[in-house]
Amino acid sequence: MNPAALSITDLTVDYPLADGSVVTAVSGVNLMVAPGEIHALVGESGAGKTTIGNALMGLLQAPGRVAKGRIEIGGKPVDIRTGRTEGIVQGKDVGAIFQDPMTSLNPLFTVESQLGETMRHHLGLNRAEARQRSLELLRAVGIPEPERRLKSYPHQLSGGQRQRVVIAAALCCDPKLIIADEPTTALDVSVQAQILKLIRGLADERGVGILLVTHNMGVVAEVADRVTIMLKGQVVESGPVAQVLGAPQHPYAKALIGAVPRVDVKLPRLPVPAQESPGTAAAREQVRARMGGGDEAKAGVLSVDNLVVEYGARGGLFGGGSHVFRAVKGVSFTVEPGEIFGLVGESGCGKTTVANTIAGLAKPTSGSVTLGGLPIGAKRGGLARKALQMVFQDPYSALNPRLRVATAIAEPIAFYHLAATKAEAAEDAALLLEAVGLDRAAGARFPHAFSGGQRQRIAIARALAPRPRFLVCDEPTSSLDVSVQAQILNLLKDLRDLAGLSILFISHDLAVVRQMCDRIAVMKSGEIVEQAPTEELFAAPTHPYTRELLSLVPSLDKIAREPAPLGGAIG
Amino acid sequence: MSLAAPNQPATRRRRLQMPVSVMIGLAVVMLMLAVALLAPWIAPTDPTNVASFDLMSAELPPAFMPDGDPAHWLGTDNQGRDLFSAILYGMRVSIAIGGGAVLVAASLGVVLGLLAGYFGGWVDIVIMRVGDVILSLPTILLALLVSGIARAVFPEAGTAQWAPVILIGAIAIHEWVQYARTVRAATMVEASKDYVRAARVIGLPPLHIMVRHILPNVMSPVMVIATINLAAAVLTEATLSFLGVGMPPTYPSLGTLIRIGNEFVFSGIWWIAVFPAVTLVILVLAVNVVGDWLRDRFNPKLKGR
Repeated sequence: MNPAALSITDLTVDYPLADGSVVTAVSGVNLMVAPGEIHALVGESGAGKTTIGNALMGLLQAPGRVAKGRIEIGGKPVDIRTGRTEGIVQGKDVGAIFQDPMTSLNPLFTVESQLGETMRHHLGLNRAEARQRSLELLRAVGIPEPERRLKSYPHQLSGGQRQRVVIAAALCCDPKLIIADEPTTALDVSVQAQILKLIRGLADERGVGILLVTHNMGVVAEVADRVTIMLKGQVVESGPVAQVLGAPQHPYAKALIGAVPRVDVKLPRLPVPAQESPGTAAAREQVRARMGGGDEAKAGVLSVDNLVVEYGARGGLFGGGSHVFRAVKGVSFTVEPGEIFGLVGESGCGKTTVANTIAGLAKPTSGSVTLGGLPIGAKRGGLARKALQMVFQDPYSALNPRLRVATAIAEPIAFYHLAATKAEAAEDAALLLEAVGLDRAAGARFPHAFSGGQRQRIAIARALAPRPRFLVCDEPTSSLDVSVQAQILNLLKDLRDLAGLSILFISHDLAVVRQMCDRIAVMKSGEIVEQAPTEELFAAPTHPYTRELLSLVPSLDKIAREPAPLGGAIG
Repeated sequence: MSLAAPNQPATRRRRLQMPVSVMIGLAVVMLMLAVALLAPWIAPTDPTNVASFDLMSAELPPAFMPDGDPAHWLGTDNQGRDLFSAILYGMRVSIAIGGGAVLVAASLGVVLGLLAGYFGGWVDIVIMRVGDVILSLPTILLALLVSGIARAVFPEAGTAQWAPVILIGAIAIHEWVQYARTVRAATMVEASKDYVRAARVIGLPPLHIMVRHILPNVMSPVMVIATINLAAAVLTEATLSFLGVGMPPTYPSLGTLIRIGNEFVFSGIWWIAVFPAVTLVILVLAVNVVGDWLRDRFNPKLKGR
């Protein structure tokens, strides 16, 4: 019988700290990958899944070390201290595919030299042989015109093609094991689907064992045979995909899988372990009173009319060139008061440009954006300006690192004179913090003290501080873990219900959009190709592009899940 | 990398530890600052008071030499000034002018750099091209030009009262460009970050965003440049005074003292030039050691060493 592609026994990885204590990143993990099998390793950030991948490749960062355990690759033991062993050569028996295809290829070398180098080094091939084999590999990973692509530099390839080249490089010495660390996270859905298919094919045809590190349950359901769920460095559940995802046993596994937004049905709320404190409810009530009260114009309709945005128009003092790029080509839609309107599309379709223009961060070339009949950003500091706020994608850069949280939230309150005194503004800020589910004491700290999800809550609290009527959310959860994502999505829904906010919700994740939105517009190359109420769009998409997108979403729904919790499907 | 989190306080503490050379440098800088500040109380005589000059005791050697006078332990200069007192006062002037020039240059550079980086477009073009033109002239040439013109149109410019102001201006007019360039680049990076975009969406005015949000995040490189430029500014002041366009000869600065001493070096009266020169070297060296360390410490490329 063939030895397992990978067998890990009782692996423990420690990070000794300067003060003598030790952080255990991975403890007592057992894992087995058979040849031709795709084994998914899932867990939220900090669960230790990447650490395992790094330990296998001998890439653990300086203080980190394998404290105990045994690793065998293709039946041969790996020296746990160096990550090396007799007969096992890095890059030969173990191939690696990393997350970002932009950075895992050297921009100064052609595809041929990147692939050929490894083969000439490890396999002792000469130039012509290496070239021949590179061609074969490029064909195997499905790159069109492989002869021409050999001469290309990485920047001449698209993201998907680059990832294919990285996979080809991982394959070049016929490894027994490939470690794929979030191989499709940086890619669009349609490209992701192709790459996943390719990876599945490799396992089936070449009998390579693949350890797939990912946080995307949909990807797991799509391609993996077995799955291991990790929590804080320990394995909580492991087994065949259908069994683990279909009927998880461990409470954490249940919660994690339950938090994955479903594409098949719409739930009123995403199931998350309940942890709303009574203080939050009370604070929300007060925030509602403040936001609802007052003479401010009620939400009003946001109306985007034939919006065109062009970039790179006139050059500077000496620039004569006029390379105009039309990012948005005549987009029109309206968002009713209290509605959540979704804008979906792949990267580069212009959805973020639309968001920026609505928020006043980009200037429209032509067309208009009005909120309640008032043009956006026309009057500086005026009503229309503060009525519309934005939540950004990356919570790590959305907060000023040098400003205490409470100060940052109180700033717009003071600026718009929404509170009579400094103390009142501080009280308002504390209330907002409570309303988004944080402690009021959190205000005294700086942003670096918070996790990604907490920061996004703070960013939302700050966006709410000027008492807006309209919120633009640009991929607000795409950099967060699933369970945190579910909490943030619920929070946004609650706030909509609470204060009658209208929300423009931008995302590339169709499952998230389905859970969140009342109506959806699908964008492609700067145009809206289809616009419909959510249920209608998912039930009967009319545009071919929408149909394609929907069919490509990797989802859990291929696996029978437990019936939707109470409340069930609501349109 | 959630693992980095528990690591952070430890590494920060480790990085704050400074090598012995830096500690010595810092101690020397502190000592010289204190001495310069307290000169009027420490110095045995007042070298700016012409009435106290005693031509009879001019060019006395230091106290440790055979003919030395114990009252003047570093000797006296050609006008009979106590050299030790003159050096203390000279250091005061050098540090004040160097510090003043750095302050003026940094303020000007930070403001212009923020404007150029935040607004871009023609504001950026105008500010940075003016900076390029200024940088195409050597510091000393520009400083000579400025103080020369100032003296021509404003006769008072050579007096002890006005000379420092002219010197600060003459040095700062060249140095601000470096701050402006650094701050402009950092501002462009910060301005594209979401927290600045969020502030714009909130509707905060540009001035508020620049001062409250961007400025604190671009200040660390400015502090580093300022420290390194302090040494350069002290040297430029000394050079200008040495060339005779700086402080008037009646008011001692390290540069004027070296210039006076220069005429006597070959007649065996070496101390007038050597003691101020050694002081200058120690001061500049100490500031540079501290500045280099700061630069390395704040350089993201050297982090994690």
